[in-house]
Amino acid sequence: MTTWYDICAFDDVPALGARTVRIGAREIAVFRTADDAVFALENKCPHKGGPLAEGIVHGRKVACPLHNWVIDLENGEATGADHGCAEEFAVAVEAGRIRLAVPAERLAAE
Amino acid sequence: MQKLVVIGAGMASGRVLEHLFESAPSAFEVTLFNAEPRGNYNRIMLSPVLSGEKSYEEIVTHDDAWYAENAVACRFGEPVVSIDRDRKVVVGAKGEVAYDKLVIATGSSPFIVPVPGKDLPGVVAYRDLDDTNAMIEASVPGARAVVIGGGLLGLEAAAGLRLRGMEVTVVHLMGHLMERQLDEAAGYLLRKDLEKRGITVLTRASTKAILGTEKVEGVALEDGSVIPADLVVMAVGIRPETRVAKAAGVEVNRGIKVDAQMRTSDPDVFAVGECVEFEGILFGLVAPLYDQAKVLAATLLGETAAFTPKELSTKLKVTGCDLFSAGDFAEGEGRDDIVLRDPARGIYRRLVLEGDRVLGAVMYGDTAEGGWFFDLIRDGTDVGAMRDTLIFGQAYQGGSPLDPMAAVAALPDDAEICGCNGVCKGTIVKAITEKGLTSLEEVRAVTKASASCGQCTGKVEQVLAVTLGDAFTGPARKTMCKCTDLTHGEARDFIRAKGLKSIPAVMQELGWKTPNGCASCRPALNYYLVCDWPGEYEDDGRSRFINERVHANIQKDGTFSVVPRMWGGLTTAAELRAIADIAEKHAVPLVKMTGGQRIDMLGIKKENLPAIWRDLNEVGLVSGHAYSKGLRTVKTCVGKEWCRFGTQDSMGLGVKLEKLMWGSWTPAKVKLAVSGCPRNCSEATVKDIGVICVDSGYDIHISGAAGLHVRATDLLCHVDTEEEALEYSGAVLQMYREGAWYLERIYKWQERVGLDTIKATIVDDPAAREALWERFLLSQKFAQIDPWAERVAGLESHEFSPITIVPALAAE
Ligand code: SRM
Ligand SMILES: Cc1cc2nc3c(=O)[nH]c(=O)nc-3n(C[C@H](O)[C@H](O)[C@H](O)COP(=O)(O)OP(=O)(O)OC[C@H]3O[C@@H](n4cnc5c(N)ncnc54)[C@H](O)[C@@H]3O)c2cc1C
Ligand code: SF4
Ligand code: FES
Repeated sequence: MTTWYDICAFDDVPALGARTVRIGAREIAVFRTADDAVFALENKCPHKGGPLAEGIVHGRKVACPLHNWVIDLENGEATGADHGCAEEFAVAVEAGRIRLAVPAERLAAE
Repeated sequence: MQKLVVIGAGMASGRVLEHLFESAPSAFEVTLFNAEPRGNYNRIMLSPVLSGEKSYEEIVTHDDAWYAENAVACRFGEPVVSIDRDRKVVVGAKGEVAYDKLVIATGSSPFIVPVPGKDLPGVVAYRDLDDTNAMIEASVPGARAVVIGGGLLGLEAAAGLRLRGMEVTVVHLMGHLMERQLDEAAGYLLRKDLEKRGITVLTRASTKAILGTEKVEGVALEDGSVIPADLVVMAVGIRPETRVAKAAGVEVNRGIKVDAQMRTSDPDVFAVGECVEFEGILFGLVAPLYDQAKVLAATLLGETAAFTPKELSTKLKVTGCDLFSAGDFAEGEGRDDIVLRDPARGIYRRLVLEGDRVLGAVMYGDTAEGGWFFDLIRDGTDVGAMRDTLIFGQAYQGGSPLDPMAAVAALPDDAEICGCNGVCKGTIVKAITEKGLTSLEEVRAVTKASASCGQCTGKVEQVLAVTLGDAFTGPARKTMCKCTDLTHGEARDFIRAKGLKSIPAVMQELGWKTPNGCASCRPALNYYLVCDWPGEYEDDGRSRFINERVHANIQKDGTFSVVPRMWGGLTTAAELRAIADIAEKHAVPLVKMTGGQRIDMLGIKKENLPAIWRDLNEVGLVSGHAYSKGLRTVKTCVGKEWCRFGTQDSMGLGVKLEKLMWGSWTPAKVKLAVSGCPRNCSEATVKDIGVICVDSGYDIHISGAAGLHVRATDLLCHVDTEEEALEYSGAVLQMYREGAWYLERIYKWQERVGLDTIKATIVDDPAAREALWERFLLSQKFAQIDPWAERVAGLESHEFSPITIVPALAAE
């Protein structure tokens, strides 16, 4: 079963920035790009677990703050020569609020 | 299967085997002898190993697994003693092996000047890993080395030994360095660059004897002088290693004579590499050897191929000495020179023309156009139409400057990109598209382009970029990043000249190719704007790295560290008590003294940062900016107030400097120290700015570093009073802020603009110094705000508050 969580107002996430959301044991990063698109990835770099929410957002990508892997926000995939993927979550913006979909089985992870 | 025996596992034979196994994996059963106790490695990268920039493991080209995979019987550490051509066997130190075909690839041996003392321990040549290791072992800092020979090898050895801290003297017989590759003007610039690094250069100096009884103690020159030495490196030249071939009766002149198929006088014996002589020519660089290797592999497989020597270009692999030479640049009847000089930037370019053809090129300082000139020489292009602007390079031809990407895009498929390995554009493009390559590293691995000396790295990247379009994410060569074709210097100039005052304005007006830059250009632009428009430009937090955005250092586990300022390294019992209480209150996992004379509290969760800062602020402790591109620490020693040797109040001056400079934004981090006397207990001579107090006042030193690169400071000047010490230091910091490129520390900036330029402004031009000082004070007005206090007061509070949802309640 997938639950949609109401996270925060759209304006609570700065443009070219991110907020972190903790749902149970999960920490999810919600990103907003310059053109106001919103994406959600697990806040964990596929390289060594760096907190992606602290990275610099550019285009539809984020640069991990620890060792600069560049992660594609659209699918969580590492770009360039690096390989790995940060888990992706569905998000929706409705009436100025951001909603995040988390399947129940993924809440239990770890 | 035919039996192939190869003598010598060097760069040439390694390439032959690669080609063979690629085209016909099971044509030969191979036995490989090598005198060195190891397989093939990239010999030309020994210099980076010597200097410590690379390890031996990184330069191995064929490892055990590769030999095993190709079923090569390796007899490493076993020199071949003789060849019996009648019985068709090769005799190694440990036994014989029969061959159907034999390849001699014994390379060269270093030439040893026949002077007394040449066999003393401590005299080494520079040819293989053992020589390199012997040099590394001898290079205790402060020990003295004499390098005999100022050619390519000698200078690479000298630079490497110098980087390891030795006192180095180069003794060169001719009038200028690298006389075979450089003309006098370029030789002069090279000499100046080497002297700047602290290498002594003696030209027209002839070695008479090497002195010493048990081991080397010095070198005596013909003019009677003696240079003390703990190590002597002979790098005066090489000669083809032909002994085994000669003894076997194969025809040998200076090298082993081969035809265009690499066949010797015996039809079953071949030779390849530096040991050969072809039409009277010897070889000493890898590019032609790789051509030979290709031809030999084809010959062995019964295909037709012929070797033709090509024009060569040379580069010195000493970081920071950019030189390039190609073709024939001697003066002569009917020859014409075109010269370009820029003394301030240390740039020199010279082209030698005969009629409308370029014969040779020598470049120093800026060698970006080297490849293009080399193409003109090799292709014999008629340059009549562009003669007037030729010297400025390709970008100036055809009216408007050509974008380098467009230039690469316009190259034909057979244009050579990598000279060492003879890889042309078409080969690279094909590899990229067929094998789906996306990075420089992959292209290197598959095509070998830029895998040898790296000179063509920029071009290979451009080919990648042209081929892949947006999919290419690798670093562009000298431009700021792939978002722009501008260099840092150009972008800075435009920002000032056009009055650009925001990141979007810069990106719009300067034609950024990406919508909002990337993690590399945005922080740089943000800095340039903060620096150039103090009080006007508002810092863009989204363009700063996490540490600078949240004013703490991120740790590997995502927690942060907190380092409060301790002015000049001073603290009080009350401060220490407060820190202890705060550490306990917040259960700080680790408290540590930093290398910068202050205390680090590690392991703090991001959301707890404001609370801990509030408590620190309350007892008067502010951010130590341990995370910033800005002033970090000012270390001091006790000085006159306490120390029996102190000459001035070093602690007091340290505190004043820190109060003056804290909060400033700089291109890279800045660290200071003040020592009370030349004993220098605060290590001022490895700081970005270091003040050493003396009886008569203050010596101001700049451009030290002790991190990735260790570099002692240079003396900027002496001043008499504390006020002057503050003003001169502030002015130098401002000059650096305005002139350096982002992430360039003071020493790198100085190496680019020259100490003389800095002295001319700060020391010799009082009006300029005062203007810098004023500008610094002005910018500090807007910078000296404690970032912790601002955030405790609520600034960017969303940054520190995660949204927490308890699933049990929200679910259903
Ligand atoms: C904490 C400290 C180590 C310690 O426990 O003592 C430290 C810790 C770090 N240093 Fe350092 N350096 C510390 C003193 C030094 C010193 C010694 C000194 O300042 O006297 C040096 C050599 C001096 C110099 O800079 O020339 C030093 C040379 C470096 C370098 C190499 C810089 C270079 O240009 O070569 C880096 C890497 C960089 O900046 O890119 C670095 C980077 C780092 C970073 C920021 C690595 C990173 O990016 O995360 C570390 C942050 C850890 C943290 O969160 O606290 N640290 N680092 C020291 C903090 C001093 C302070 O009070 O602020
Ligand atoms: C420090 C340094 C820097 C250089 N930099 C550059 C550069 O930047 N650009 C460039 O183009 N070139 C450079 N060169 C030159 C380049 O390394 C040589 O041109 C190349 O290595 C020659 O290849 P080769 O296969 O002919 O000989 P080598 O690579 O020398 O291999 C010959 C091998 O044969 C072995 N051998 C010799 N006799 C016997 C025997 N009797 N039995 C068994 N084995 C034997 C030797 O031990 C050696 O391992 C540099 C050389 C050095 C030393
Ligand atoms: S030397 Fe500096 S950068 Fe390296 S681990 Fe220690 S603190 Fe970190
Ligand atoms: S953890 Fe993200 S790049 Fe290393």
